[in-house]
Amino acid sequence: MDLDALILSRLQFAFTIAFHIIFPSFTIGLASFLAVLEGLWLVTKNEAFKQLYLFWVKIFAISFGMGVVSGVVLSYQLGTNWSVFSAVAAPVIGPLLAFEVLTAFFLEASFLGVMLFGWKKVGPGLHFTSTALVAVGTLISAFWIISANSWMQHPTGYEVLPDGALRAADWMQVIFSPTFPERFAHMVLAAYLTTALVVGAASAWRILKRGAEDESRLGLRMAIGMFAIVAPLQLFVGDLSGKEVLEVQPAKLAAIEAFWETRTEQPFHIAAWPDRATEGNRFEISIPKLGSLITAGSASAEVKGLKDFAPQDRPPVFIVFWAFRVMVGLGLLMIGLGLWGGWLLWRTRGPEYSRPFLWAAVAMGPAGFVAVISGWIVAEVGRQPYTIYGILRTADAVSPVGAGQVSASLLAFMIVYAVIFSVGVLYILRLIAEGPETPPPEVEEPPGNPLAAGTKGAAP
Amino acid sequence: MTLDLPLVWAGIIATAVLLYVLLDGFDLGIGILFPFAASPAERDVMMESIAPVWDGNETWLVLGGGGLFAAFPFAYAALMPALYLPIILMLLALILRGVAFEFRHHGRARGKAFWTAAFAGGSVAATLAQGLVLGGFIQGVKLDGKGFAGGPFDWLTPYSLLVAVGLLAGYALLGATYLIWRTEGPLQVRARRWGWIAAGATAALLAVVSVATLFVHPRIAIRWGFDGDAFDLPTLMPLLPIPLLGLIGLGVVVLGLRRAHQATSLIGAYLVFLSGYIGLAAGFFPNIVPYDLDFRDAANADNALSLMLVGVAILLPAILGYTIWVYWLFRGKVGGDAGYH
Repeated sequence: MDLDALILSRLQFAFTIAFHIIFPSFTIGLASFLAVLEGLWLVTKNEAFKQLYLFWVKIFAISFGMGVVSGVVLSYQLGTNWSVFSAVAAPVIGPLLAFEVLTAFFLEASFLGVMLFGWKKVGPGLHFTSTALVAVGTLISAFWIISANSWMQHPTGYEVLPDGALRAADWMQVIFSPTFPERFAHMVLAAYLTTALVVGAASAWRILKRGAEDESRLGLRMAIGMFAIVAPLQLFVGDLSGKEVLEVQPAKLAAIEAFWETRTEQPFHIAAWPDRATEGNRFEISIPKLGSLITAGSASAEVKGLKDFAPQDRPPVFIVFWAFRVMVGLGLLMIGLGLWGGWLLWRTRGPEYSRPFLWAAVAMGPAGFVAVISGWIVAEVGRQPYTIYGILRTADAVSPVGAGQVSASLLAFMIVYAVIFSVGVLYILRLIAEGPETPPPEVEEPPGNPLAAGTKGAAP
Repeated sequence: MTLDLPLVWAGIIATAVLLYVLLDGFDLGIGILFPFAASPAERDVMMESIAPVWDGNETWLVLGGGGLFAAFPFAYAALMPALYLPIILMLLALILRGVAFEFRHHGRARGKAFWTAAFAGGSVAATLAQGLVLGGFIQGVKLDGKGFAGGPFDWLTPYSLLVAVGLLAGYALLGATYLIWRTEGPLQVRARRWGWIAAGATAALLAVVSVATLFVHPRIAIRWGFDGDAFDLPTLMPLLPIPLLGLIGLGVVVLGLRRAHQATSLIGAYLVFLSGYIGLAAGFFPNIVPYDLDFRDAANADNALSLMLVGVAILLPAILGYTIWVYWLFRGKVGGDAGYH
């Protein structure tokens, strides 16, 4: 192992996984949204639900495809770049990842085919079941991957054999490690919020451009409902997760809050420039005592600072501190958007008539993605210098490959991902700009069938 | 009765990889044949024939990789760094061709042309990369203990290039025979012609690769009773049904290409692949990383293997069940006005 290969491998993993998480965080929510739309359509027979389904399923197909192909990369990259990690971790989390493939990936892939292309091959009930199974598959996938990650953050239920190898001692403790429930809830809510923000933004954009049609009015109101309920709930779940970090990963918490000294009455830094070289903050804007209060529940509580940990055991502070603030700041804005929308629904003619609100909803469209990536930066960079917390250092986890190969692959990933990302986003934005169709009801278009667009133009 | 868990798992992983090759083989093959289609409409039909199933097919690759990680972590940890560049090439190529399924239909003129090329180029590159991985694997991987200890280009030899070209022909054969099954009219006529060419190339290259393997890799040659000059019949005889299966497969391909309009030639091509697959496995079993790591030494902890086996016993029949159901649902000829629009 050489040092450059380590840094390049870390960059490559960070880049490929940050790219990948964009798509699941959208499709987990979108799959559930589609299942709800189709269910509502079947029950109410309101055509607007069907048109919304047909519209969003096209966007789902693009996003899901990008999620699949960028996900395959990860299942091989653990071996190409992190072979020591693979060999050490497999006895414990190997089954978790295998179960993800067996319980989620096949289910999603197979029923996605029915969902997209089976519109005329199966009855409405079976089609709805397929949509629902895809939605369930996305949630099962999140379950296993968060389970594996939670174990890496706070390993429990394992034993160390005489030769140093790990072995699972209690599978329930491995799968349901103590921080898992909060992490899983946090991720699923994040995915739902991300989707709601995109749906809200697309609906608001449509209303701004075309006036309030049934579909966009419905989409906007469903999104507002999600902001108003899920965003505050997310703050609550996030706080629970934070309390656990204080308990099981105190160094990460100190980095999140840029605490250097161990003390009671820690101040809360609204902004700071933490500097590892001087072991302090170059500047800070702080509120006295609030830091202890929100992290430990009491202003007089003693909270550990980074100086309590040897320099080689401290996570990077600057990036963790700021990623956390970006995440929480966006979360607060989401709550604000929910309150605003709720108030407009309750006290006015409706949110459709408030242009400032509609523009705010459009502006917040990408906020979920930024918040999700920031949150994962907090979780993963905050776990450094470990890959498996307290057990395996990242520097020891890397494959015996050279810097030359890794720089070539990193460069290739950057080029290919830049192309598919910009094209994918372009096509999705184009679809959003076109908006849901309100065609004559006799046109039965297979949902998401990419060939439909071509044949429709050609048909007389 | 106690189960030989590593052996059972070796069987499961081998089956997953085989299913991957047989299933994704034809949809990579359709990408390889893409440039030879007569019209954009014909390309649409070719893609339509695999659009509902390609994602499920590729999932077997994830099971192969993820399963190797979970069941034989030491093999995974040795093979992936050893085959770093072809694996990355395969992943990148699969990305380009995978997104093309959707992107091709959302692009305007230039976009569509680009993603048509990306689908074809990605399919060819992914196939060649898989061939290089296979060739590099058969050549053997230099180990120090259980970890990879070779160089970045160990996999790149004339032999691995030969295997890569052979796989290209083989996947093209799967693609062509699949199209004969799933299409009709002029496209089917064309697919039949592609089938003849691909079948000839596959047969020739398979023969060349087989002979090259015996000369290049003495350990495999010994397994087949070949000492460089002559075969030792008692060693060879029990293995003879394997090449025989390949020959029968080729016969079935020819039969199907001449007359049948359904899956006959595809089944023949599957028999050829099966023969090649078993033939290779016979060459290096029980090594899982040729030629220094036994599958037992590479296996995961027993309690992990047994937990996963319970999962597989319940889930794999369900997966096979709904996969077959999806194929049955989308059965029949696609294309022209017989589509599902």
